[in-house]
Amino acid sequence: MATKSGFLNTSVAKKVAMALSGFFLMFFLLQHCSINMLSVISPDAFNETSHFMGTNPLVQYMLQPVLIFGFIFHLIMGMVLELKNRAARATNYAYSKPGNCSSWMSRNMIITGIMVMLFLGLHFYDFWIPEIKTKFIDGDMSGMLADGSGYRFYEELIHKFADSIRVVIYVLAFVFLSLHLMHGFQSAFQSVGFRKTTWTPIIQKLSMIYAVVIPAAFVFIAIYHHLAHH
Amino acid sequence: MNLTLKIWRQKNTAAKGEMKTYKVADISEDMSFLEMMDVLNEELITKGEDPVAFDHDCREGICGMCSMYINGEPHGPDRGITTCQLHMRKFKDGDTIHIEPWRANAFPVLKDLVVDRSSFDRIIQAGGYISVNTSGNSQDANAIPIPKENADLAFDAATCIGCGACVAACKNASAMLFVSAKVSQLSLLPQGQVEAKDRVLNMIQQMDDEGFGNCTNTGACAIECPKEISLDNIARMNREFLSASISK
Repeated sequence: MATKSGFLNTSVAKKVAMALSGFFLMFFLLQHCSINMLSVISPDAFNETSHFMGTNPLVQYMLQPVLIFGFIFHLIMGMVLELKNRAARATNYAYSKPGNCSSWMSRNMIITGIMVMLFLGLHFYDFWIPEIKTKFIDGDMSGMLADGSGYRFYEELIHKFADSIRVVIYVLAFVFLSLHLMHGFQSAFQSVGFRKTTWTPIIQKLSMIYAVVIPAAFVFIAIYHHLAHH
Repeated sequence: MNLTLKIWRQKNTAAKGEMKTYKVADISEDMSFLEMMDVLNEELITKGEDPVAFDHDCREGICGMCSMYINGEPHGPDRGITTCQLHMRKFKDGDTIHIEPWRANAFPVLKDLVVDRSSFDRIIQAGGYISVNTSGNSQDANAIPIPKENADLAFDAATCIGCGACVAACKNASAMLFVSAKVSQLSLLPQGQVEAKDRVLNMIQQMDDEGFGNCTNTGACAIECPKEISLDNIARMNREFLSASISK
């Protein structure tokens, strides 16, 4: 019997935990996209918001660790489930047509997920690590440019997108993210049991909208700054 | 029609199996797939060779015994049918047909195309029942009011014949469609609600113990299911599991 102490050891609980961390990451992505979009609409508003997010104690010391834990949990749990699922069929079929009954996205979440995580390495190298260094190693919490002429966040953003290769990598990464979300969004609802004949078509449409619009917005921001400033 | 068959042959569970090629000629398109296999086996027996072992019983789509993975899909290239309901008109003259057993660690191959599905029986034994005193004075089930919608949903779930096509189709060899159908058919009805919490916890635990994979919601199981069991059942099982885990 599934006792409370063994709750997370059961297959369904792992699936639910995967879904909940996915919901959290999708909410974060929406918030990240909204702030980034400010860089196109109003550089000043983008600077102000970035400074607030970078210095607010609640965001920095509460939400940021939770976010990092969420990413790591989603990654490790995804790997654990993939390995366990592969082990459940030691001998594969000699001839199989999985495309007849399931989408490529649903069968390859591990591939799209790993590609997104690899991209996050670059993203951390580009933005997060320099940010941590400036604030917590150099001790500069002002968020200002070296010459003090204004906030540094917008300048740093357009500087990163000067490199064409980096923009191409960003675009490719968001294609993988889009493929990941096309299945992940609707799958998370199913995993927590939120499904009914009446709701499911709406969730599936929302899933496609979210999976296309959010990554497309990130791609637009990268290309916009590359073309507008270089 | 003349066909080339590539069939998995394996002497027993411990033996190493392999795909072997056979030719069959003059197959009628009106034959069922199993009748075509009978023709092949008669030829093999006439030649003094070991016939291909495969499961079958009712041959009318209700027993859940036939279990072949045909041309890359459980029960072959059609929807809502078992292998015994698959007709040769679905194939063309000159076709090559690949035939394999269900593949899952929890369904070990016994011989050729026959697999051991007793793991499903053990899942049912873990909770797929209602405890009833059958002393002769049991209440008439029809005397208990049941909403039509629930009765229909329970009946839909109860059409699961336990063939294992869901496990065979799933890339993770997950049994969640089967287990969720059995959980649903009982928990939707008043008689099944009394033991609903223990049932869902125990059946999921047994499913995990048997070595089935986890569900990643690809939906392949529901598409390949000969009884078209809905993914709604898996969502219901997930809800019941969460509810039971919190309250038990």
